[in-house]
Amino acid sequence: MIGNYPLHLMILVLLWGYIYTSWSLMGRLGLVSFGHGAFMGIGAYTVVMLWNHFGWSPWAGALAALAFAAAVAILIGYPCFRFRIVGHYFALVTLALSEVARLVIVALRDQTGGSLGATPNSALHGGATAAPGALQFSDKQVWFWIVLAFWLAGLWVWRAVDRSMARLALQAISEEEEAAASIGIHVARAKLRITLISALMTCAGGVLYAQYQLYVNPDTVSGIGISLQMVFGAIAGGMFVMLGPTVGAAFTLLLAEGLRLAFGNRYPALDSTLYGAMLVLFIIYMPKGILGAALEALRARTARPIAPRKSSGMPSA
Amino acid sequence: MEVFDIFLLEAILNGLLLGGLLALLSLGLNLIFGVIDVVWICYAELIMCGMYAVYYLHVQYHWPLLAAMAAAVVIVAVLGVILHQFVIRPVLGAEPINQLLVTGGVLFFLQAAATLAFGIEFRNLGVTLPSIRLGEMSFSAARLVAFCVALAGMLGMYLFLSRSYLGTAIRAISQDRAIMPLMGVSPARIFVLASALGGALAGLGACLLVLQYDVHPAIGLSFGPITFLICVMGGLGSMAGGFIAAFVFAQFISVGGFLFHLEWGYVLAFAFFIAMMFWRPQGILGRR
Repeated sequence: MIGNYPLHLMILVLLWGYIYTSWSLMGRLGLVSFGHGAFMGIGAYTVVMLWNHFGWSPWAGALAALAFAAAVAILIGYPCFRFRIVGHYFALVTLALSEVARLVIVALRDQTGGSLGATPNSALHGGATAAPGALQFSDKQVWFWIVLAFWLAGLWVWRAVDRSMARLALQAISEEEEAAASIGIHVARAKLRITLISALMTCAGGVLYAQYQLYVNPDTVSGIGISLQMVFGAIAGGMFVMLGPTVGAAFTLLLAEGLRLAFGNRYPALDSTLYGAMLVLFIIYMPKGILGAALEALRARTARPIAPRKSSGMPSA
Repeated sequence: MEVFDIFLLEAILNGLLLGGLLALLSLGLNLIFGVIDVVWICYAELIMCGMYAVYYLHVQYHWPLLAAMAAAVVIVAVLGVILHQFVIRPVLGAEPINQLLVTGGVLFFLQAAATLAFGIEFRNLGVTLPSIRLGEMSFSAARLVAFCVALAGMLGMYLFLSRSYLGTAIRAISQDRAIMPLMGVSPARIFVLASALGGALAGLGACLLVLQYDVHPAIGLSFGPITFLICVMGGLGSMAGGFIAAFVFAQFISVGGFLFHLEWGYVLAFAFFIAMMFWRPQGILGRR
């Protein structure tokens, strides 16, 4: 069909697109979490550890990982929502969570391999290319279809949430929490539900990532680095539109690969430097992201004149 | 088992020394938050820039160490002003979460730019201070110096804020942002001043850290999270709360690390932070 390299890129775009979409389910409703690295890490490490040490099939391992992630999401989410921890307090509490996950993985180095990472024991014996029971496939095409299915399912969840009453409730909450509560919205429950959906989807993303790469490392599946990567990927693409997070994933990956092809490995951090600078510019001048801004420009061209802009409340220097 | 363990005492005292340093780091962040109402997620990356400044001026250009450190404080103060003018000011009227995120973008940028400019090698200043023995316990002099300088820095900041005219203006702005312009204080100018002060404190922290740790582009990640969490636990903007929280955190890290393993010390500290947030979301001495 097509070469392995383009296929690999497409798999990565879809996989990260799916994970960023999962994050945006919360992020766009004002629940900016810096803790999704924890859920991804739980997914990746639970499956690999149960397989390596206890011989659990990743299918069973994935169920265990999802249960674990759900427990953590409730343990952190419920008190946060009950005690009205919002805005950047919520962001910082979840940031602590993602560091806890990373540090626990590193601290359990006798089992997890610490910061060196871990490799799932191979189940592909004697030239076999697929071991469905162990969720290991050497053929990238199989992975393409698996990841595509998850990505589509992620978009379906997004649409289902978008069309539900829950979305309206959450939007009301994100604008004015007290007012939403006063008209009978159960704030904590509504938030907890979307948090659970988002955390479970991210955990599943972690499982897929571990099984596709066949390598896990605490820094690439958990911790602040990966949590910020999710937040910024979603923002760069545009977290308020359905395909925005996927556009963000494609954009960041193509930027990194493009610069790598252009300059080789001479400037190892050039892509992240440019990316960091662009993020700052995006958040200042284009907070709706690439796709969000593009759609808005398209709409402004074809439809009525733009409404007057809201003036900012703070005095400028 | 002995009732009184000398090594436990050593861990507690080391925690005390670490606490002073962490208190200094959180002071700058708290000042910025109290005055401008913005969290500089990239605060630890500014510290990293300061550490590189000391390293290059001293090792490559053979400046005397104290001159290099003084220059580093100035450089980071200037970086703080640049950060405020070009990154924070445009988003002052935006959603609070955007202000958090934009400094997160700066974090990415500074970390990657440092990798690009300086490579990923760990760089050591090459200055070793002796270790001090006290009975069976030993302490690094670098930590003791850091502790004393941090306390002096905090005292200086306290006197500046409580005694000087500008310090009074800064405290006034952090109490009521809306009314002060009517009293003839220009918030914009105070914001710039606070950014410079916050940057200078980060620079001072950098001078103390570079004596104890090798500098590398990701070093910010080992201090950054703990610094925000201290500020949040103490109550964002409350300098006294941050001071107390810094010592509590340092004990968790030091004693927890002594009893179990270094990472478990951090895990305990972070778990304690999360529990504290549920118990007192506004922080130890916070106001909401």
